[in-house]
Amino acid sequence: MIREFGWIDVFYLVAAARWTIALTVAAFIGGGIVGVVMAVLRVSGIAPLRWFAFLYVQVVQGTPLLVLLFLFFFGLAIVGLPVLPWIAVALAFSVYGGAFLGEIWRGALQAIPKTQWEAGSALGLSFTEQLRYIIVPQAVRVAIPPTVGFLVQLIKNTSLAATIGFVELTREAQLTTASTFQPFAAYMIVALLYFLLCFPLTQWSRHLERKINVAA
Amino acid sequence: MSLLEIENVTKTYDALTVLTDVSLLVETGEIIAIIGRSGSGKSTLLRCINGLESIQAGRIVIDGVEVNDPGTDLRKLRQQVGIVFQGFNLFPHLSVCRNITLAPTVTKGIAEADARELAREALVSVGLEDKIDAYPDQLSGGQQQRVAIARSLAMQPKLMLFDEITSALDPELTGEVLRVLEEMSRTGMTMVLVTHEMGFARRFGSRVVFMHEGRVWEQGPAADTLGKPKTKELETFLNAVLH
Amino acid sequence: MTYTLQFRDVFASWEYLLQGVVTTLYLSSIVIIFGFLIGVICAAGRIYANRVLRMVIGGYVEAIRNTPLLVQLFIVFFGLPGFGLRFDATTAAVITFTVNLGAYSTEIVRAGLQSIPRAQIEAGFALGLSGPQVFRYVILSPALKMMFPALASQFILLMLATSIASQISVNDLFHAASIIQSRTFRDFEVYLVVGVLYLALALIFRVAFALIYKLAFGRR
Repeated sequence: MIREFGWIDVFYLVAAARWTIALTVAAFIGGGIVGVVMAVLRVSGIAPLRWFAFLYVQVVQGTPLLVLLFLFFFGLAIVGLPVLPWIAVALAFSVYGGAFLGEIWRGALQAIPKTQWEAGSALGLSFTEQLRYIIVPQAVRVAIPPTVGFLVQLIKNTSLAATIGFVELTREAQLTTASTFQPFAAYMIVALLYFLLCFPLTQWSRHLERKINVAA
Repeated sequence: MSLLEIENVTKTYDALTVLTDVSLLVETGEIIAIIGRSGSGKSTLLRCINGLESIQAGRIVIDGVEVNDPGTDLRKLRQQVGIVFQGFNLFPHLSVCRNITLAPTVTKGIAEADARELAREALVSVGLEDKIDAYPDQLSGGQQQRVAIARSLAMQPKLMLFDEITSALDPELTGEVLRVLEEMSRTGMTMVLVTHEMGFARRFGSRVVFMHEGRVWEQGPAADTLGKPKTKELETFLNAVLH
Repeated sequence: MTYTLQFRDVFASWEYLLQGVVTTLYLSSIVIIFGFLIGVICAAGRIYANRVLRMVIGGYVEAIRNTPLLVQLFIVFFGLPGFGLRFDATTAAVITFTVNLGAYSTEIVRAGLQSIPRAQIEAGFALGLSGPQVFRYVILSPALKMMFPALASQFILLMLATSIASQISVNDLFHAASIIQSRTFRDFEVYLVVGVLYLALALIFRVAFALIYKLAFGRR
C-alpha cells in the first residue's frame, strides 16, 4: 500500500527519536560500567588484569559494531535467552561502549602525573583510596570532553540497531520508506533529527575542551 | 647608494605606535649593533627590514629594491636578506642538511647533490660539519643556533639580520655563537644585530644604534657611543646592563 | 541442552570469505586515499580560504560528523535516485564513505596544521619560500607526522565501518557472512569467523600504517 508522505510520517519519525535516546542512555550506562572496570584494571598493579583489559579493548575496537550486534543476536539462542533485538542491542552496545569509554578514561587516569600517586601512597593511602581521593577527581576534568564526544558517536551508532530489527530512528525511516516510497524525505528528516541530537553535544564537548586548554 | 636605507619609518599596531620616524643608513660591510630596552622597537625594526612586518609610513630600501612596495617580489628579496631568530626556528622534522638545503633547492632550483655540498660549506663556516645528518632535537641550543646561521648563509645573502640570537642561550653557549659571528665579520658580511652583548658590540660593531621609545635615540661609532653616551637615556641604559 | 559450535560448513565456504576480504580491502583502500585527500584540501581551505569557503567547509564537516554513516549511505543509495542520481551499490558506498572520511580527516588535519608554531612558518617565509612552499615543506609535513596516529586510527575505524555497505548489498566481508549464514544456518559461527577476520584486517592495517609511518617520517 503506497500513501503520500505527510505530517503523520514526520510525527512518527520524531516519536521514534525517543527509542534512539533510550538506547543511547542504556548503552551509556552499560558501557560506562564496563568502561570503569576496564579503565581501573588498566592502571592496576596486577599485570594479568592489565593485559586482560588491554586485550578486551583491542579486540572490541578491532571488531565492527555490526559484527558484535549479530554475534549477540544469534548468541542469545545459544545460551538459552529469548531472541529479542533489544537484549542483543543492550549487550552489544555495553560491550562496545565499554571498550571505547574504558580507553578514554584510562587516558584520563594516566594523564595525572605519577607523582600524585606517589604523594598519595606517601600519605599511607591504599590503591583504591589514592584513586578515589586523588586521581579520579583530577581525571574527571580531563575525561569529560572526550566522553561527551563519544556520546555523539554512540547516538549515531545506535542507528546500526536497525539492522537487527530494533525500531529506532533509522528503522522507523526504513518502515516509512517502505510505505511511502519517499526515501529521500524520510532519511533527510531522520538525518536532521540525529543532527539536532548530536550537534549541541559536539559543541558542548568542544567548549569544555577549550576551557581545559585555557586552564592548563 | 647605501646597501640598506631606512627612511622615516613609522610602524603602528592599531592604536599602538611601535616605531616613530626611524631613519638609518647601512653601508656594505658595516656591522650595526642595535641596542635598547625590550619594547623599544628594535626587534620590530629588524622584522620590518625583512618584510615580516608591514610599515605604515616611510621607506625601506635594500640594494635599490623597496621592501614595502607592493610590486616588490618579497620572496626574491628575502633570498638576499638572511634573518636569524632568538628561538632558532629550525624545522624539527628535517635533518640539519635538509634544513639548510630546503630553500636553495625549492627557491633556486639547485640540485640535491650540489645543495648538500652547499650545506657542508655553510656548516664548516659555523664549525658543525660533523652534524650534517643530525636532527635539531639532537643538538644543543648553541649548535641549533649555529645551524640556523648556516641555513641563512647558504642562501648567500647580501645582508644578515640577527634578532637577539644569544638571548635564549647559557653564557657558555653564547660564546660559541658569538665566535661564529666574529668569524663572519672577518668575511666582510654586512650585519645588523639586535643584541644585549655590549662586549661584542664594542669590539666588532662598526656602529651602535640606541633605540628608545620607538625612535633612534642616539647612534655613532661603537666605542664612542658606548664609552661616552650623549643622552641621559643611553647612560641609564648602559648603567643598567653593565652593572 | 548444550550447543556445540561447528565451523566445518563455514570454512567450506571459504571462497565467499576470501571474496569478501578482497572487496573490503579494495573498498577501504580507495576510500582512505580519496578521503585523506579531501581532508588535506578541506583542512587547508578551512584555515586559509576566504570566509564563505571556510563556512561551507565547516558546514560540510559538521553535517557529516553529526549524522550516522548508515543514514548517509541510505540517502545516497535510496534517496538520490529520486533526483536522477543513480549509483550502483559499490559506487554509492565508495562515495558515502569517502565523503564521510573526508570530514573526519579535515578535523584531524586542521588540528595538526594549526599546531605548527608561528615562528616555524615565519622562518620559512624569511628564507624566501612562497606561501604554497611554506605550506608543503614547513607546515604540512610535520603536521602529518604529528597527526598520523590519529589518522591511522580513523582509517581503521573506517575499514571496520565499511561493513555497513552490506546493508545495500555490496559484496563485502560482512555480506559474505549473511550469504554463508543462509546456506549453512550456522549463524553464530559465521559471525564469529567474520569477526576474527575483521580483527585480523585491523591488525594488518595497524602494521601497515606503522610501516608507512617509518618510511615517510622515520630518520635514516
